[in-house]
Amino acid sequence: MWKVYRVGDVEVQALRGLSLSIDQGEFVAIMGSSGSGKSTLMNILGCLDKPSQGHYWLNGIDTGRLRHDQLAEIRNQQIGFVFQSFNLIPRTSALENTQLPLFYRGLSVREQRALASAALQRVGLRGREGHSPTQLSGGQQQRVAIARALVATPSLLLADEPTGNLDTQSSREIMDILSELNQEGMTVILVTHESDVAAFASREIMIKDGLIQSDRVTKHHVQATGA
Amino acid sequence: MFIWLTIVTALRILRRNRLRAGLTLLGIVIGVAAVIAMVSIGEGAKQAVRKQIASIGTNVIMIWPSATRVGGVRGAQGSAVTLTVADAMELKKKVPLLTETGWSMKNVTQIVHGNRNCNSPVYGVSANYLHIRDWRLSSGGPFTQTDMDSAALIAILGQTVVNEIFEPGEEALGALIRINNVPLRVIGVLSPKGQSLYGSDQDDVVVIPFSTAERKVLGTMFLGSVGGIYASTGRMEDLQDATEEIRQVMRSRHRVKGGDPDDFTIRTQVEMGMVQEETSETLTIMLMVIACVSLLVGGIGIMNILLVSVTERTREIGIRMAVGAKRAHIMMQFLIEAMTLGVVGGLIGIACGILAARLTTIIAGWPTIISTDAVVVAFIFSVVVGLFFGLYPANKAARLNPIEALRYE
Ligand SMILES: Nc1ncnc2c1ncn2[C@@H]1O[C@H](COP(=O)(O)OP(=O)(O)OP(=O)(O)O)[C@@H](O)[C@H]1O
Ligand SMILES: [Mg+2]
Repeated sequence: MWKVYRVGDVEVQALRGLSLSIDQGEFVAIMGSSGSGKSTLMNILGCLDKPSQGHYWLNGIDTGRLRHDQLAEIRNQQIGFVFQSFNLIPRTSALENTQLPLFYRGLSVREQRALASAALQRVGLRGREGHSPTQLSGGQQQRVAIARALVATPSLLLADEPTGNLDTQSSREIMDILSELNQEGMTVILVTHESDVAAFASREIMIKDGLIQSDRVTKHHVQATGA
Repeated sequence: MFIWLTIVTALRILRRNRLRAGLTLLGIVIGVAAVIAMVSIGEGAKQAVRKQIASIGTNVIMIWPSATRVGGVRGAQGSAVTLTVADAMELKKKVPLLTETGWSMKNVTQIVHGNRNCNSPVYGVSANYLHIRDWRLSSGGPFTQTDMDSAALIAILGQTVVNEIFEPGEEALGALIRINNVPLRVIGVLSPKGQSLYGSDQDDVVVIPFSTAERKVLGTMFLGSVGGIYASTGRMEDLQDATEEIRQVMRSRHRVKGGDPDDFTIRTQVEMGMVQEETSETLTIMLMVIACVSLLVGGIGIMNILLVSVTERTREIGIRMAVGAKRAHIMMQFLIEAMTLGVVGGLIGIACGILAARLTTIIAGWPTIISTDAVVVAFIFSVVVGLFFGLYPANKAARLNPIEALRYE
């Protein structure tokens, strides 16, 4: 895949013919220096953006051919996003933030509430449903964001520096949740600068200047139990 | 389901920005309130006019002498020509469409009873005058032809005059009053009529027999001259024809030459009512324009607050898109916010408008009628204004690029 940004007369090549394949159920850590194109790649993987050139197949579908609304639907049904800056809607309760993907899925309020509080409980935020983002710590906010990502039971969870703004203790808690989700069969792709965070993953990809520098399996993948 | 939740969200966002939303709504509120208040006042006035026309009798024709041009000099009203009792008699004979003709003369003068007095119009009238004008008595009896023939010293008073010159609770019937030092016995009191089309008090009046006025109380230029002639037709449809025939008869009697204008004025109650309705209609249209301008200003206000809101909430829009909101969802969210603003503004405006109409009735005494049509139209209009001016900001929000929106600081 290629991705070129044009700012005025200057062309920035964020991705320069990067090629990559990720299987269902993998836990991938993407690393690389600042400006190497990690976020650009994540945006494309999350169907928020399209490559300038090349193709991205998600579950066998070439996303380049899809229209806005179809991409929105894929984001809604198949992808969960966790951002470095949490990206919760301000002045809106944890529960309602978590409900959001279900709201756009058209579920009844009762179903939305039930699933969202289950997701919050899952990330250890039982009893915080009514808190707004400003009433929560950074770690708690990020857990709300994870609850929002997992509430719609996506097959792919993307996390762009999810622990970038958190202390070690909170980072650990977040990574434990992500590992657990991966154990259950969810594909997790995460971007990080910290090697101890990357250590949770089973595959590590280094990116430099829009190209893959190294790609290695660090751990043997543990398949979801019950298979 | 989606729409309902979006409305709830929209209301919450508006509640959060109460002051800003309130200021935005002011335009719509004023516009809607103006429409409702104005239409209510206009309708009230129209209804009042209709009632008054009905109260006078719709099939009455009035004839007055008019100022004429003699050799280019415009005389004072009624100075050059006068109408006479003979004119009235002749009309009755020559215009078969007329069921009755009567006449009157008028002068404003002092009325005295005991140590009280007032200045009121005194009408000297023919025996059938009250009948033609469909003016009933609340007590006492009418004039008879005998009273007319003998120029009897009797009078019928309007309610306002009774209130002026009699002590409260004092019996007016049978009392003696003095007009120009002539003692007159009160034989009746007119039932109240209220204000005329021109806002004068129709109950501020004294009615006496024509002959009494002519010979003993008011006096005239010459015997038989009258201030005005009143005629009535049996049916309203005959008014037009009767008016034309009256004109012909009067012109020939007054020897008005072919091209010269009439030396008299003919009016029917219907015409007078129409003039009134027209003026109130112009007024209504004018105020409607003002209302539309306020609605426009209100709409621009809505557009402004929404544009600010879209910019402020760019990141939120990005988040919503990232979790799967389609363009239509975002569009709908802002349109519903715009519409909610319109609805809330419209409802407050309706309440204010009705209140303003009520206050107008209480304070100024103008009759008002709350028109359901106006309420419905104003409401729909405010919603449409909200929708229309919400379109641009909503579209702007829906076209945002999710990544850029997420990055927005
Ligand atoms: N919207 C944009 N317009 C122009 N250039 C952009 C845009 N987004 C990213 N870039 C450029 O593309 C390159 C890759 O950016 P990207 O955000 O993917 O880096 P990153 O690896 O995520 O870095 P970091 O670790 O700092 O987050 C950078 O040089 C950046 O300047
Ligand atoms: Mg980045």
